[in-house]
Amino acid sequence: MTALAALIRRDIKIALRVGGGALIGVLFFLTVVVLMPFAVGPDLALLTRLGPAILWLGALLASLLTLDRLFMADHEDGSLDLIVMSRTPLELTCAAKALAHWLAAGLPLVIATPVLGLLLNLDATATSAVALTLLAGTPALTFTGMIGAALAVTLHRGGLLLAVLVLPLSIPVLIFGVAASEAAITGPLSFGAPFSILCALSLVSFVVGPFAAAASLRHGLD
Amino acid sequence: MTLIDLANPTRFLSLTARLLPWLAAATAILLAIGLYQSAMAPDDYQQGATVKIMFIHVPNAWLSMFVWGVMSLAALGTLVWRHPLADVAAKAAAPIGAAFTFLALVTGSLWGRPMWGTYWEWDARLTSVLILFLMYLGLIALWRAVEDPSRAARAAAILTLVGAINLPIIKFSVDWWNTLHQPASVMRMGGPALDRAFLIPLLVMAVAFSLLFLTLHLAAMRNEILRRRVRTLQMMQASRRSA
Repeated sequence: MTALAALIRRDIKIALRVGGGALIGVLFFLTVVVLMPFAVGPDLALLTRLGPAILWLGALLASLLTLDRLFMADHEDGSLDLIVMSRTPLELTCAAKALAHWLAAGLPLVIATPVLGLLLNLDATATSAVALTLLAGTPALTFTGMIGAALAVTLHRGGLLLAVLVLPLSIPVLIFGVAASEAAITGPLSFGAPFSILCALSLVSFVVGPFAAAASLRHGLD
Repeated sequence: MTLIDLANPTRFLSLTARLLPWLAAATAILLAIGLYQSAMAPDDYQQGATVKIMFIHVPNAWLSMFVWGVMSLAALGTLVWRHPLADVAAKAAAPIGAAFTFLALVTGSLWGRPMWGTYWEWDARLTSVLILFLMYLGLIALWRAVEDPSRAARAAAILTLVGAINLPIIKFSVDWWNTLHQPASVMRMGGPALDRAFLIPLLVMAVAFSLLFLTLHLAAMRNEILRRRVRTLQMMQASRRSA
């Protein structure tokens, strides 16, 4: 247990340090949202209507952007080999690494959402609904994305391949995230049903993600 | 003859060499019968002659999912039993599956043009088949990204299994998304009961397409084995020259 806690603390420290790059995700999120009005026009009513979708797309792309750091840096300096060889089950280690990554790169996106909501003319209810769905949904993005990150690191290919593999898997999260936000803002469906499914998707990814990532690392790093 | 006996690639090659002409002939005969029956099938009272696209479209759509199932079995063969031919089977199946999926999309869109008045409709089924197509392409990209076949095989096997878990979830989500955005559902082939005049040609075509897949798959596996042998010979020659 202490080993896992130490690993989480180490990963967060590295991510927040100079050169760690955790906050670049937030900056990217901000930039994507700022770009949107240039594409669709400065019509505030339209931006309000598209707001939840824009925020979700921005968060999805931003979390994808930081994903290949999840294993790549450790692979480059050799510590990934030590982690794979250690006595702690690799599945638990992968889960801990993903949790640390989410705390450093996913949670800031949720925290930044209210500010970005202002730019898109969302009212308090809409902003809090989007922030809440992002809080429930971004762990699923990190934990399913981890599978792609593990595959990419064993193949020494990052970047585009990772995006192509991970994006189709994140479609359900996007659908239910936006559906729950829209339900909270305009109805007519209840907020509860899509939100519960979103939470369920996150829980499923907690189970599937670490096992698949650990299997990929074990089979790939020899 | 068990699955283990087939682990020897040479034995597999000689067996398939004997089997393939028969399979190809059976495929051709069944396809001819199925196509003749489809052409002779009566027009639908609502859709007219366009209903005949169904006899091509539906077998393609069935196989697009069936091939992913075959690849998942092969993935288990790679990861669990380490069967030497499992990764060859998985690699050979991916482009064929992508082709069936693509044909299902194209025929569906050609059918949609006269029926719905548009080539593309964000209908739940069309959308989930499109996502399936994207996942096939991602898998092929993964196979092509790595030079060492055994390393690529294990990565592709894991991605295939993750996809097998995720595809039903994606299908369900898209259904939900579709009912949310399109309360008026698009007109589909009428009723649950398909008339016998349509059902029999459809079943014949489904069997014919499955045989077609089996034939193409075995032929592609042979090619892949031979390709790997050529590569090994080239590597040996290159190392001999440098030594």
